[in-house]
Amino acid sequence: MKTKLKPVKLSAKRAVVRLRSASARQAKRTVAAPRHAPVVPLNDRRLTFGSRWDYAPAPEESKNYVIPPQHELFINGKFVAPHSGKHFDTINPATEDKLTEIALGDEADVDNAVKAARRAYDKVWSKMPGRERGKYLFRIARIIQEKMRELAVLETMDGGKPIKETRDVDLPIVAAHFFYHAGWADKLQYAFPGRTPRPLGVVSQIIPWNFPLLMAAWKIAPAIACGNTVVIKPSKTTSITLLRLAQIFQEAELPEGVVNVITGSAETGTAMVKHPDVNKIAFTGSTEIGKQLAAMVVGTGKRLTLELGGKAANIVFEDAAIDQAIEGIIAGIYFNMGHVCCAGSRLLVQESIYPKVVRKLRDRIQTLRLGNPLDKNTDIGAINNKPQLEKIRALVQCGVAEGAELIQSSCALPAKGYWYPPTFLTGVTASHRVAQEEIFGPVLSVMTFRTPEEAFERANNTPYGLSAGVWTDKGSKIFKMVNKLRAGVVWANTYNKFDPTSPFGGYKESGFGREGGLHGLSAYCRLD
Amino acid sequence: MNRLDVKKTYKLYIGGKFPRSESGRYLPAKSVKGEHLDNFSHASRKDFRDAVVAARSAFDGWSKATAYNRGQILYRAAEMLQNRAADLVAEIARSTSFNSAEAKREVTLAIDRLVHFAGWTDKYSQVFSSVNPVASSHFNFTTPEPTGVVVVLAPDEPSLLALVSLVAPVILSGNTAIVVASEKFPLPAATFAEILATSDLPGGVVNILTGKRAELVPHIATHMDVNAIVDGAGDPEISAKLQAGVATNLKRYANHAAADWFTAKVEDPYWILDTVEFKTAWHPIGI
Repeated sequence: MKTKLKPVKLSAKRAVVRLRSASARQAKRTVAAPRHAPVVPLNDRRLTFGSRWDYAPAPEESKNYVIPPQHELFINGKFVAPHSGKHFDTINPATEDKLTEIALGDEADVDNAVKAARRAYDKVWSKMPGRERGKYLFRIARIIQEKMRELAVLETMDGGKPIKETRDVDLPIVAAHFFYHAGWADKLQYAFPGRTPRPLGVVSQIIPWNFPLLMAAWKIAPAIACGNTVVIKPSKTTSITLLRLAQIFQEAELPEGVVNVITGSAETGTAMVKHPDVNKIAFTGSTEIGKQLAAMVVGTGKRLTLELGGKAANIVFEDAAIDQAIEGIIAGIYFNMGHVCCAGSRLLVQESIYPKVVRKLRDRIQTLRLGNPLDKNTDIGAINNKPQLEKIRALVQCGVAEGAELIQSSCALPAKGYWYPPTFLTGVTASHRVAQEEIFGPVLSVMTFRTPEEAFERANNTPYGLSAGVWTDKGSKIFKMVNKLRAGVVWANTYNKFDPTSPFGGYKESGFGREGGLHGLSAYCRLD
Repeated sequence: MNRLDVKKTYKLYIGGKFPRSESGRYLPAKSVKGEHLDNFSHASRKDFRDAVVAARSAFDGWSKATAYNRGQILYRAAEMLQNRAADLVAEIARSTSFNSAEAKREVTLAIDRLVHFAGWTDKYSQVFSSVNPVASSHFNFTTPEPTGVVVVLAPDEPSLLALVSLVAPVILSGNTAIVVASEKFPLPAATFAEILATSDLPGGVVNILTGKRAELVPHIATHMDVNAIVDGAGDPEISAKLQAGVATNLKRYANHAAADWFTAKVEDPYWILDTVEFKTAWHPIGI
């Protein structure tokens, strides 16, 4: 069969390029979710190998790990039933099957947790020598390393993330975070030349659903290393692994009350922010909620750090190593289904290489494997929750309505669960909603530029400033762009890399404060 | 026959120029005994917004200037201040609650404080940067950068020393500033503006407004092109209103009202960090 790629249309005319899988077998076992536009057939053997010559399933074993039918709150070192007596269901977004029930914490539970944290702070944790505190963190890091596989499987089942990512990215960094901060506990005076660091007290931490355990580690490890005690709340859709981490704290014999886990809804989080005996709030989530929290702490004297949304530009110059850049673009936007605050969701391509980049991207998304997140071959897992899936669909629809051209992988979508195929939009202009708003899904908005000045001006033209990417083979150009981009993290010739030693956080409306590294410590210390 | 004194109207300092308030309003400056000294401009919302535009336009050039250059310019400002010290002492003594000896102490300390901070321009980034030993083959480093346009609210007293102590750590990193001067004793700030104008500080890097704080505060809090607020006003009501601005566009907010302006504790390099952003850059290592 003759195969030929359709040339990419550069006209502004609204058109849809769809790639179609030839596999009848795959089509039979799945039902296509509603798409945004009719399919334009395209036959290219190179791109359909995944369905013509199907991979054998390679699922990670999950039946060894038993999820108890009900989860309680973790307060003062013990699992206790919530004051309300209520629990809510948590599901596997890849199958929509109920996994377990999670306790619905309310104001009374938050109060108990804060009291436990205050007691632990006053009586034990703030008095303990840093060296001893550090040893608890080392212990926790080791137990996490032992249980990594189990935690990765649970994370994948609860959140829809591909096992490849939870196993190879999330969990190793979780353990590394505890390991890194363990060593700081007795060396904090060296982090602040000329000053004496002291803990803040009780810290309320609220984390999102995109990296449940990783965000917990980013928050808990520095907080307790610096001598604070913690009340932490996971997102409603992803509570399981943090409660499993609480069991690890028990196993590590962490003194009771040093870390308390309250599960529940947004109201539960509000109670944690408003509680009068809390000294600091640390929040990761949307800019909208971040602003609400900022308003709540006005005049209270509570300290606040916010790690919020982003709309990062990934800038590809004509002198970049194109194939590496393509892989970087893919990693930038399709990693974790694009549920990443620092996702490279705006692609800025230098005009001269635009057709080539779009063609390569179009081919590359077709080879991404979407499906069972527990399968080790899966690249794209499930969208974390239904409202998010609806938001992605609505924003893409809006992009198409505003005149962008939609390019989507034709991969079959499983009949059950929440799925969205890898997608990109071309012909996007700076004023389009898909160029300004955070989509938080596997959707890339592609734009062009001519000069480096135009590139950084367009890149900086959002209220956000979390991250950015630059691809070029010229060193001086990299430094120029790194200087000019108003973003807290700039990846040059790489993307979406994280490390506990490397500070992370945003400029402008992407929040304030840093997490990780030397600079992350100041969020959890006051300086005398 | 006695010669008639020439009275002066003190003006605002915006973008390196000395405009009167666009509102056409003036307020009388009075000595502590209640004598009418001179009139000064009563800045309006529009004046504040003009000052933000001036500060934003100056940001690119000032933040791009080398640290060495910024240090020399701040030192030059100290030289000018020394040169005009007698004028300032007289201004403080006639228009604030300080007597001549106290005024002299204030001006001398202000000069030394400028010299102190001038020396930080090319050092703070070395002290507070890091190269991060990531567990992968990447070169990874974190450096501070100025956050942008910063509003500084000076307390009533010491009218000059507190202003200098608050502004120097803001601008030394490359930020540009809009200062709301002492409300009770604005004349020393206005005179200081005239000294800055003849130093090498580019126009727009420091803008000084006089008038009523409470009137300007809501506009400061809600302005979308202000990146940070350094609050030395020492008024809880005003602080709460300014902090509410954090919720509009996530302005950075720092409060230094409790500082003891006459001690060396104020020479605190950690104040510089209130108005910088830390940027982390990654690059692969390989051939």
